[in-house]
Amino acid sequence: MIEATRNKAIEIKDVSKNFGTFQALKPLSFDIYDNEFFTLLGPSGCGKTTLLRMIAGFETPSTGHISLHGKDIEALPAHKRRVNTVFQSYALFPHMTLEQNITYGLTNLGWDKEKRHMRAAEMLELVHMSQFAKRKPNQLSGGQRQRIALARALAPEPEVLLLDEPLSALDLKLRQAMRDELRALQRQTGITFVFVTHDQEEALDMSDRICVLGDGEIQHLGTPNEIYEDPENRFVADFIGKTNFFDVEVLSVKADLATVRTPMGFDITTFQKGISGKGAATMSLRPEKLGLEDQATGLIMKGRIVNKNYLGGYTHYIVRIGDTDLRVSKRNSLSHSASYDLNSTVTVGFEQNSARVLGQ
Amino acid sequence: MKTLDFRFWGLLPAHVIMLLTLIVPIGIIIMVSFATRGSYGGFEFEFSTASYQKLLFNEGWSGETEFNPQYIFIIVRTLFLALVTTLICMVAAFPVAYLIAQQNARTKAILIYLVTLPFWVSMIVRVYAWLIILGNDGVIETTLVATGLVQGIDSLLFNNWAMLIGMVYSYIPLMILPVFASIEKLDSALIEASHDLFGSRLKTMQKIILPLSWPGLAAGSILVFVPCLGAVLEPILLGGGKTMLMGNLIQNQFGGARNWPLGAAIAIVLMSLVMIILMINGLRSEARERKEAI
Repeated sequence: MIEATRNKAIEIKDVSKNFGTFQALKPLSFDIYDNEFFTLLGPSGCGKTTLLRMIAGFETPSTGHISLHGKDIEALPAHKRRVNTVFQSYALFPHMTLEQNITYGLTNLGWDKEKRHMRAAEMLELVHMSQFAKRKPNQLSGGQRQRIALARALAPEPEVLLLDEPLSALDLKLRQAMRDELRALQRQTGITFVFVTHDQEEALDMSDRICVLGDGEIQHLGTPNEIYEDPENRFVADFIGKTNFFDVEVLSVKADLATVRTPMGFDITTFQKGISGKGAATMSLRPEKLGLEDQATGLIMKGRIVNKNYLGGYTHYIVRIGDTDLRVSKRNSLSHSASYDLNSTVTVGFEQNSARVLGQ
Repeated sequence: MKTLDFRFWGLLPAHVIMLLTLIVPIGIIIMVSFATRGSYGGFEFEFSTASYQKLLFNEGWSGETEFNPQYIFIIVRTLFLALVTTLICMVAAFPVAYLIAQQNARTKAILIYLVTLPFWVSMIVRVYAWLIILGNDGVIETTLVATGLVQGIDSLLFNNWAMLIGMVYSYIPLMILPVFASIEKLDSALIEASHDLFGSRLKTMQKIILPLSWPGLAAGSILVFVPCLGAVLEPILLGGGKTMLMGNLIQNQFGGARNWPLGAAIAIVLMSLVMIILMINGLRSEARERKEAI
């Protein structure tokens, strides 16, 4: 689908936010499309939650406009915006049954009793919690509360659903399962999801597009694949996944290709971003792009294994070449289950076009 | 069994204090209430239920007993006044507590300190202060006269309204504190969630904030209602002694009327009322907890 033809669910135009003299968000603009799983990703304090709260109506932008399906909403109070939020702490009303929690928004919208009842039943069914309708929130486990929070927010058929780190309070196993459920729910309902998280793995797993925020600015907006493979800058490469950074010197630039001198001694020509001319730059090389021994292809170096972390599916090695340490991730697959001992000498190789040169 | 020993000896001082200051005095009052009135005050050890009978019946001219509701009137009036005071305290305390809960930590501490400040001053002095405010040539009258609105007003003192004002004033901190505590405990995300689900400010107040502050209001009601039943100072000083409440009645029987057994009997009735109210409240919250546990 060509993006220009897609309907904009939310338009953020030059929106910024100051708290006193502190600028939490610098003016930023982007669009969120209909039926999209959109993630705001960034470290804590990057402004992602502030942005979400401005869309919900709990904070007012210092400048700029927010529109929802073409209508400016930044002046509307929260209870007049057709968006609903899944809160980090779930914020279920403790004095109401689950059913009452779900119908609360519908009552406020003026739905009649029968319709409310049917919708609540439908929502409970959707999150597999039908048998708990008459329970109170304090009788539920964390995962169940999470589901009810989702059902409550989805019940009024919001134009956009906002999710504020909804998985952060769950344990690892449950978090994995909920990721799949959330994604399935989004496809099933066709509602635009705006998801806030600091967990890059979660973001890569679920999102259609990710907006990486750092220091109150958009660092990179793109698909999970683009963000991981072709990060816009060092911040993004560092924040998403693990990588090896090298201080390199740019020798020449030609369109999106740059030739750089590496600390390992040889020159590499590969894709660049943010480089305009000669000078210092950073090169990023993902650990899984490097091969050991029989998997070493492309540029070959010799090094010594100085550290080894066995992680089940993968083994992470630190290979020292000269005075540069390289992190290498090796998949422990059936056909390549060879393991290398500490201090043994190995050959390491990578294709030069798998490295990325990034501006400082 | 050593731990049991320690528990026994360790708690003994508390038990002794309870026994000497609570159980024994109540025992004495119960005893006195069943004793006979002494000829010159005090009482004589002679079992009699005459005091309790006197609460309901009068001895007629010819020695026959006839129903006399005067004490029942006093009891009902006391209950009614305590109830009205409690309701006014609830309505007035809630906005105050809510406002305090909205402040930052520093302002909050100062405001709570101000709410508790009157407790540092003797109750008598505080009630006397109202004499100065409400009395002839008092603060209110002089202010009204100075503004030229009125020429002079009948005394605002010595009526039921003055008494009510005094009672509300005396006990409202006991309502503000628990209500504040329950509002403060309220998760602000719940209020946001209500707005998020299209709840206006009014709806949020009705459906979320008030119901969740109910435990504080209930606790405050007990704290206000119970001492109101035994109020003595306000009826005398502000009510001018015209309206008889249970507290005054007890005081009179032990003092001027020199009928200790009757005074003791009324005290026992008052205490029973308080205990019944506390028990009802206890049973209700127990039932609520049980209902929630299902």
